[in-house]
Amino acid sequence: MTTATVEPRPQMREPRPRGRIDYLNVDFGARSWLLTTDHKRIAILYLVSITLMFIVGGLFAVLIRLELATPPGDLVSADTYNRLFTMHGVVMLFFFLIPVIPSVLGNFLVPLMIGAKDLAFPRLNLASWYVYMTGALVALWAMLAGGVDTGWTFYTPFSTRSSHSYVIGTAVGVLILGFSSILTALNFVVTIHRMRAPGLTWFRLPLFIWSTYATSLIILLGTPVITVTLLLLAAERLLGIGIFDPRLGGDPILFQHLFWFYSHPAVYIMVLPAMGVVSELVTTFSRKTIFGYHFVAFASIAIAVLGFLVWGHHMFVSGQSVYASLIFSFLSYLVAVPSAIKVFNWTATLHKGSVAFQTPLLYAFGFIALFTIGGLTGLVLAATAVDVHVHDTYFVVAHFHYIMVGGTVMAYMGGLHYWWPKMTGRMYPEGWAKLGALIIFVGFNLTFFPQFVLGYQGMPRRYHEYAPEFQVLNVMSSAGATILGAGYALPMFYFLWSLRSGKEAGPNPWGATGLEWATSSPPPPHNFETTPTVTLPPYIYSRKEADVVG
Amino acid sequence: MEAQAPSHVQSSWAYLTIFAALVVLTGTTVGAALAPLGHWHIPVALLIAAGKAILIYLFFMHGLESGRLVWLIVMGALLCLSILLSFTLADYRSRPDDSHLRGLRSAACEQCRTTSG
Amino acid sequence: MLSANLVKPGVLPGALPHEAPATQEPLASQFADLYQQREVATLGMWVFLATEILFFGGPLTAYAIYGGRFSDDFVAASERLSVPLGALNTVVLLGSSLTVALAVRAARLGQFRSVSLLVLATIVLGVVFLGIKALEYSHDYAEGLIPGIRFTAEWRPGVEARHAELFFFFYFFLTLLHAVHMLVGLAAWAVLLLRTLRGRFSVRWNAPIEVAGLYWHFVDVVWVFLFPLLYLLRH
Repeated sequence: MTTATVEPRPQMREPRPRGRIDYLNVDFGARSWLLTTDHKRIAILYLVSITLMFIVGGLFAVLIRLELATPPGDLVSADTYNRLFTMHGVVMLFFFLIPVIPSVLGNFLVPLMIGAKDLAFPRLNLASWYVYMTGALVALWAMLAGGVDTGWTFYTPFSTRSSHSYVIGTAVGVLILGFSSILTALNFVVTIHRMRAPGLTWFRLPLFIWSTYATSLIILLGTPVITVTLLLLAAERLLGIGIFDPRLGGDPILFQHLFWFYSHPAVYIMVLPAMGVVSELVTTFSRKTIFGYHFVAFASIAIAVLGFLVWGHHMFVSGQSVYASLIFSFLSYLVAVPSAIKVFNWTATLHKGSVAFQTPLLYAFGFIALFTIGGLTGLVLAATAVDVHVHDTYFVVAHFHYIMVGGTVMAYMGGLHYWWPKMTGRMYPEGWAKLGALIIFVGFNLTFFPQFVLGYQGMPRRYHEYAPEFQVLNVMSSAGATILGAGYALPMFYFLWSLRSGKEAGPNPWGATGLEWATSSPPPPHNFETTPTVTLPPYIYSRKEADVVG
Repeated sequence: MEAQAPSHVQSSWAYLTIFAALVVLTGTTVGAALAPLGHWHIPVALLIAAGKAILIYLFFMHGLESGRLVWLIVMGALLCLSILLSFTLADYRSRPDDSHLRGLRSAACEQCRTTSG
Repeated sequence: MLSANLVKPGVLPGALPHEAPATQEPLASQFADLYQQREVATLGMWVFLATEILFFGGPLTAYAIYGGRFSDDFVAASERLSVPLGALNTVVLLGSSLTVALAVRAARLGQFRSVSLLVLATIVLGVVFLGIKALEYSHDYAEGLIPGIRFTAEWRPGVEARHAELFFFFYFFLTLLHAVHMLVGLAAWAVLLLRTLRGRFSVRWNAPIEVAGLYWHFVDVVWVFLFPLLYLLRH
């Protein structure tokens, strides 16, 4: 029990004088970016391209909400509407939500947080961005050529027999994207195992690293299954063999099994990194160590493992055996346990902390509230009997938007604000940012809360027209979407503004622990001038806490 | 830190022995396919294949000398595969027997074909 | 101390002082030493192989389900495949695994003449495997066993053609997937052969050979399962 010489935070350096070399000004020109192997530059490449995909997916959402502002299908035809919601889903899920936190924040932060010079395979990391771009371009090409109308789930036999849209092009885009995810995840796993700084034991790792690690495991074990399933789908569509077609001896439910074996865990690919971000935000802005570090860390692993055991809850009305449904239903309830552990531990961390209501924490609050609602309604859907009633209604749509937009996007925005000074060396304008967070929170709830009610009243999803009695709630939802859109646009402007005119951030503007704050902002090309040595667990904010663990 | 270079080098004969064992097991699996095993063909074939895979893993891939982490990775992937297989198969095995319906369906198909034709 | 020096040749990134430059694979700047670089390379391959298990696991799951459902038709279709050619190919591939294992051993001992010969043997055996596979495919084409393109089930009365076609779909899907992996492996061996001949590897730095070996053995293991599951379905 050494107590006297404990330094509460990793050693900080003074901001270097102007003219210092950092990863942004070490080299200039398109070539230096397109051929870079620096994980920080690759993170920026991802940031730009994923933001563009978010805008594309958002435009589809705008058209959907415009159509649904009035009961009759007056803006677009039913066929066009099918393509709109499918492409909204495909772009947002595969090209935004799944890669966003790992590829942008993870790429930037994993080496910094563990005190490494770079990821284990820097060239592979650059390759994964090119693979991502290839997948995105193939999918965008399929969309421009005419789009796809199967729903993002590509259910057979509609997708293989009946659909007259660009199913194979889109599927190939998604398939290519899968390889990008695998390369990134492989890089993270190897890096976290083999490249940690001296003294950085597993239980001294920041929780963002734990959740990134758990996410990578899911990506590595789940993604190959969807890759090969999409290959089977393309083969069936091309060759007319009944792999999933009941008329030819195949079984469409098998497609759903293989699809959801990846795509349910994919939900945890989206939300686990978000949970990691929130753990970082909550400790920093309450100036306290995380409550129950081990529980939060192992909850990430538990979610990753349990996530592979629950996919059948998407298939309660598909013709799946009732016994299988019961087991899947029970296991789905189990996922609530580690999720709740995290929510309770964040809350306990905030309790009696000196809470600073800065923008990133506002987003973290948004995450905790909306994720809790999304998670609890997930339990409603996991109940086999209730699911029959609300299956394929707007209740489901509202549920997963609470998890994905209310959860993942909120945490991503929070993380982006939190690490923006590290990434760019500049502060964003706090007042505007708080306003943006508020607008997003209000807009989000106005958009999606009415959809819970709509779904419970029986409005089915994926139709371009609806009964007139649903109009009031739909208008509310469309109005909320407008506000939400404005809320997302605002940060894009002030982030760009801050690049030139933002306040100099200095190495550690939040007074946070963590190795990423121990180097300058923006970090030098190889992250650290000397490899740091770690002697303490993370999140030690006071002498008292240091004494306890010391 | 110890020198890592020729840490664990087996003799060439060890590798040749393993190869011979693998060839013998290949012969065994072909022989088993010809034997009247009934429903046991696939389990026996999988058992032999698993034996061969374990030999390759332990000796050719140096599974014996690699650490706990490699073992965890392999077991994790196999566990994940077994989840996929067992849960999916469990669904199919526990569905009600609808073979009588299948008969009805094909009869109905015949009927519609004859009436339309 | 001498051994420690061997393991950690230089903490300075990229610099390997007092070493013969011709035999060095340059140390990438993100690593502290060659030992770490080697550990990272093998771990990366193992992690990749874990994803490969699931990659082949998806179609195998589908195959298991249809094999159980249409077992009579699948057995009848399986009997169309040539067991002698399949068994021969198994032995050829196992032989290539042997040469790879011996190549890795020779690399660890620094016998790089043997390494290049053994890698060459591996390439030859791999090409023989693919050649036999191509021969089988051409027989299948002649007999009309190509699903979706040229398929008949007239060889056995009473066999449901669609189900037999499903069997052959999985046969081609799995073996082609395997063949693609073989091609990737052969390309890797060709590059490594060149590098070995140019003297790029040494006792201390031969991780690429070991990593390629892991991959090759895995492709072999996949075939070890595919052979009985596809060729030897019997009642």
